[in-house]
Amino acid sequence: MKVVVCVKQIPDPADPGELDPDSKTLRRDVKLILDESDSYGVEMALQLVDTAGEGEVHLVSMVPNNEVSGLRTALAMGAAGASLISDECLAGSDALGTAKVLAKAIAAQEPDLVLTATESSDGYTGTVPVQIAELLGLPSVTFAKEIEIDGSTAKVKRQTEAGYDDVECPLPAVVSVTAGVVEPRYPSFKGIMAAKNKPVEELTVEALGIDAGEVGWAGSRQDIVEITAAPVREAGEIIEDEGDAHERIVAFLDELKVL
Amino acid sequence: MTDYRTPLADIRFTLRNIVDFDALTGLEGFAHAEPDLVDGLLDEAARFFEQVVAPTNRDGDTVGSRRNDDGSVTAAPGLKEAYRLYVEAGWGGVGFPEEYGGGNFPWTLSIAIQEMLTSANMAFSLCPLLTQGAIDALIHHGSEIQREIYLEKMISGEWSGTMNLTESQAGSDVGALATKAVPRGDGTWSITGQKIFITWGEHDMADNIIHLVLARTPDSPPGTKGISLFLVPKFLVDDDGGLGERNDVSCVSIEHKLGIHASPTCVMSYGDNEGAIGWMIGEENAGMRAMFTMMNMARLSVGLEGLAVSERAYQQALAYAHERRQGRAPGAPKGVSSPIVDHPDIQRTLLDMKSCIDAMRGLCYRNAEALDHAGHGIDDDDRRRGAQLAALLTPLSKAWCTDLGVELTNESVQVHGGMGYIEEAGVAQHLRDVRITPIYEGTNGIQAIDLVGRKLPLDGGAVVRAHLDSIGVTLADLDGIDELASVAGHLAAALDATTKATEWLLEVGSSNPLDGLAGAADYLAMLASTTGGQILADAALAARESGDADLARNKALLARFFAAHRLARVPGLRAGVESGIDDLALGRAGILAG
Repeated sequence: MKVVVCVKQIPDPADPGELDPDSKTLRRDVKLILDESDSYGVEMALQLVDTAGEGEVHLVSMVPNNEVSGLRTALAMGAAGASLISDECLAGSDALGTAKVLAKAIAAQEPDLVLTATESSDGYTGTVPVQIAELLGLPSVTFAKEIEIDGSTAKVKRQTEAGYDDVECPLPAVVSVTAGVVEPRYPSFKGIMAAKNKPVEELTVEALGIDAGEVGWAGSRQDIVEITAAPVREAGEIIEDEGDAHERIVAFLDELKVL
Repeated sequence: MTDYRTPLADIRFTLRNIVDFDALTGLEGFAHAEPDLVDGLLDEAARFFEQVVAPTNRDGDTVGSRRNDDGSVTAAPGLKEAYRLYVEAGWGGVGFPEEYGGGNFPWTLSIAIQEMLTSANMAFSLCPLLTQGAIDALIHHGSEIQREIYLEKMISGEWSGTMNLTESQAGSDVGALATKAVPRGDGTWSITGQKIFITWGEHDMADNIIHLVLARTPDSPPGTKGISLFLVPKFLVDDDGGLGERNDVSCVSIEHKLGIHASPTCVMSYGDNEGAIGWMIGEENAGMRAMFTMMNMARLSVGLEGLAVSERAYQQALAYAHERRQGRAPGAPKGVSSPIVDHPDIQRTLLDMKSCIDAMRGLCYRNAEALDHAGHGIDDDDRRRGAQLAALLTPLSKAWCTDLGVELTNESVQVHGGMGYIEEAGVAQHLRDVRITPIYEGTNGIQAIDLVGRKLPLDGGAVVRAHLDSIGVTLADLDGIDELASVAGHLAAALDATTKATEWLLEVGSSNPLDGLAGAADYLAMLASTTGGQILADAALAARESGDADLARNKALLARFFAAHRLARVPGLRAGVESGIDDLALGRAGILAG
C-alpha cells in the first residue's frame, strides 16, 4: 500500500518572524519546520502501512526555495521518500494554485491513499484537500479521526460537532486528518540518521507540466487587500467584592447582552 | 513560569566556533557526523526535550518520586511516560559505540544533547546520567560476556544503571567502605551490605536496574587498594537476555532532600535474605581504577548541570524582567512603571548570568572535545594531549560551573524579587536543585585538591603551561581591536596573575603540599575564570569573522562585560592562593579548636 501525505514546511509558530508589508504574506526566508498539523497525517499513514504489513509512506511538499528541514522531520519519523516541488515561481501561490501543483506530484506517485491535514497552521485556508481530490477526480473525506483500510475501501470515522459519521469510500481517495487524533511519534536519532539517505526528488513546476503562469503570484486568484495587527488583549476589569459584586457582574453581563 | 526554549543558536555557535567540530569529524569513527546531520539531531533533540521532558520539571519538584510500602518506588508524575519516549527516541545512545546500538557520535555532541536534557529536568536527567556511568565502566572493564548481556539494553535505556559507592561511614573517603563480597563457588559473588545516596536506585521507569557496587572481597587489603567492582542486577538475567528472578537487593528508604525531588535517592540494602548475587567487573581489588575511568565523564556531566540549570533560570529571569513593572527607570516618562529590565542593576545581573553561561558552555564543550581527542585522536600525540587537557579542564568544569550554578540561580531568584522566594514562581526550584552539584561527584574542595595536587604536576607542569600559552594566543589575537581593548587588558592581567600563581604552586606546592592545598580553591577560581575570559574572547573574535553584525556586537559586549566583572577580580585572588597554611594551622589550633 502506498500512502502519500501532503506536508507543508512553515516558519516556526513559536518564532514566526513577521509579515512582509509588500506581499502582505508571512516572510518565509527564515528556517522552516514541519507544520505540526501535518504530523498527524504522517503518523496515521505510518500506522496504516504498519497495519497493512507492506507498503510505504511518501511525502509531497512544495516550497519556493529548496528548504528540506521540515521534510527531514517527517522522513525521520519513518516516511520512505519525498517529492519536493521547489520553484521560485511558486511564491505567492493561492490555495488552488497549490492544489494544482500538489495534485500533479501526487498523481505521479500512483498512491492508494492520500492524506492531508485539515488546514495548514500558517495559511489556514482549509480548502486544498478538497481541491486536490477534485483535480484528481478522487473521493474526498474530511476531518478523519480514524481510518481503516479494508481491501479497496477506506472506512473513515469523520469527526462532526455532535460525534462522528461512519463514511466508506473506494480507494484511492483523499482524506484530511483532524489534528490531535493520533500521537505523532518523535523521530529517533537512528531515524534522523536514516532520513539523511532517504530520497528527496526535487521537481520544478515545468517538470510537472504546469505553466508557471498558473501558479504563484501570476496565477493567484486572490488579492490580499489589507493586513492589520491583531488587537492587543486588554487587561480585564477586576471587581472587588464590597457587597455589590453580584450586581456589578450582572450589569456587566447585561451590557454584553449575553443575559 | 516560562517554558524552556533550547538555546540552539548558542549551542551551534559553541560547537562551530569554540569547539573545532570539523576537526572532530576527521577523527577515527566520526566521519558520519556531518554538519547537516548534526543540525538535524540538535533540532529534533531540542524539540523532544522542550515538549516531552521540560513540562515534567515542576511536578517532579512538587510531588517528587515516592517509595511505597513494598519497597518499590514510583517516579514523579509524567516521568515514566517521558522516559519511555526517551528510550524510544534513543537519545541516550548518541555517543556510544555502534556495535551495541549506539550512534558513535563525538561525545561533544552528546554533551550538547545532555545540556538540553538537564535544562529540561535535572532530576530526571540523573537516571540516564548514572546509566551512562555504568555503561562506561562496563565498556572499559567488563568482560565480553558482560558487555554482550548488558550493554545494548543499557545504551537503549531499557535498563538503567546505578553507581553504589557511598556508605554511611564512607563518603568522600571511599576506602572506608565495608560492603562484603564472598565467592559463591560458581564464579558469582554474594554481596552483603548497605549503600546510601544511590541515585535512581529503585524506580518504575526501566525494566531492570543494573547496580554497580563497590565491595571488599575476603582478605582484601585495607583502603582503596582493596576495593572491587561488582555488577548486581535488580532482576537476574537469563542466558538469552530475558529477565529472571528478583535479586536480593531492595530500597529500604529514600531521602528527603533540599532539591532534585524527582530523583529518588535511595538507601539500598544488599543480601538481607539469601544474599545478593553479583558478578565481578574487571580484576579483584581494581574497583577504584574502574571508578576513575568514568570519573572524567561523570564530573564533566555534573559541571554541565551547573550550566544547564543556570540557562533555565536565566530564561525565567529574563522573561520575568520584561513582564514585571516596578519603579521608574532613568529616562522613562513620569507616572509609568518600567519593566524591571529597564533598570541598570537588573541589566547587570542578567548580563552577568548570560556571559557566565556562555563561558561555562564553552568550557564544558571544550572539555568534551578534549575527551573526544583522547579517545579517538588521529595519533598517539593527539590522544595524549587530549587526555591531558581533559584531565586539566575536568576539575574546572565540575567546580567552577557548579559554583556558578548556585550563584546564577541565586541571581535569578533575586531578579524575581519577593516572588522569587515564593515556590509558586518556580525559580527557587532551580537554586534548590543545583545546590547539590558542588557537593556530589567529588566536592568542589576535592576538585581543587585534584587540580593542584594531581593536574598541575602533570608532565612537570607542561600541561597547565601549554593551556596558559593558549590563552596567550587568544590575547595576541585581540591586539589592535578597539572594541575588545578592555578584554585584552583584563585578560592580560588575569593571565599574568594566574601564571604567577601557577608557578608559585608548582614550586612551593611541591616542597610543601599543605601550602598548595590551602590555596587550591582560590587557584581553581583563578584558572577557571581566566579560561572563561579566553573563551568569551575567542567567541567575540569568531563572531567578528562571521559577517553577522548583530552577533559580533553581542559577543563583544559579553566578552567586555565578563572581563570587567569577572576577569578583573582574578588578580585579587592571587593573595589567597599564596597565603599558605600557617594561618589555617593557627586557626585549627585556636579558633577552630572546638
